[in-house]
Amino acid sequence: MVKINGKSLGYDGKTISDILELMGENKSRIAVELNEEIVPKSGYDEVTVKDGDIMEVVQFVGGG
Amino acid sequence: MENNDKLILGGHEFNSRFILGSGKYSLKLIEAAVKYAGAEMITLAVRRTNSKENENILDYIPKGVTLLPNTSGARNADEAVRIARLARELGCGDFVKIEIMRDSKYLLPDNQETVRATEILAKEGFIVMPYMYPDLNTARDLVNAGAASVMPLASPIGSNKGLATKDFIQILIDEIELPIIVDAGIGRPSQACEAMEMGAAAVMSNTALATAGDIPVMAEAFRQAVEAGRKAYLAGPGRVISRGASASDPLTGFLHD
Repeated sequence: MVKINGKSLGYDGKTISDILELMGENKSRIAVELNEEIVPKSGYDEVTVKDGDIMEVVQFVGGG
Repeated sequence: MENNDKLILGGHEFNSRFILGSGKYSLKLIEAAVKYAGAEMITLAVRRTNSKENENILDYIPKGVTLLPNTSGARNADEAVRIARLARELGCGDFVKIEIMRDSKYLLPDNQETVRATEILAKEGFIVMPYMYPDLNTARDLVNAGAASVMPLASPIGSNKGLATKDFIQILIDEIELPIIVDAGIGRPSQACEAMEMGAAAVMSNTALATAGDIPVMAEAFRQAVEAGRKAYLAGPGRVISRGASASDPLTGFLHD
């Protein structure tokens, strides 16, 4: 299982690109962290996730 | 005079001295708020994506407005650094407003951790604008750490209480060479104007607008207040006399001569 934005999902072995597509994310509007390291956009197609990984997908929201 | 009066942050020039927050109001009102506020810089936060919301705030911010991501949610320097790096990865520039809070009741910034985060991020090439509790020693540490400005709070975040820390902000304005940008707690245009008259380089406000009856109209009122205060500061406010009076009219020339 992979923890993505706090939820455990059975996405083991998938690439970041696959996961973003499943999540319905617009790649130009988000940033991805895998185990607290940023994954650059150029790595989305190559980097795969494995059991126990923690992935965060973030975007800008309103704030002060 | 005014055309040459630029606010310079990290080598970038701004004509506007009012930084707009984008929290707590409808995305649809952001464009109007930016326009009426005359804002050239807007703050944003970084959060997990939410698949239920398809709208993205970036689609509502007019082109040419500089984004100032904050590190809200960070409880220490390491978390702030992590958020700042993610913000930069989002691809909207190198500006970051450091916001580190350990205390969730008063939302007061942790000055010590803020200095630490400023040092790390300035070294990584960020244009660092730290939000802080107005303390001269911390402000000096922030200068040494490579900050591009210092952002003291006027009163607790979201309180609209105005310049509760006025005397201490004045000390920063007098002693610190970096732009002092008054952030948090400014609730009325009159308070923004007063901060600018004191010599603040800019004012940042969010809740004052977000909780106003008419957000675009309040945005315009803030723009006018900040401009008026800046003009008054540049003009040099008249002196105050401690006792008595000083006539504004010629005392001779009629009736009792």
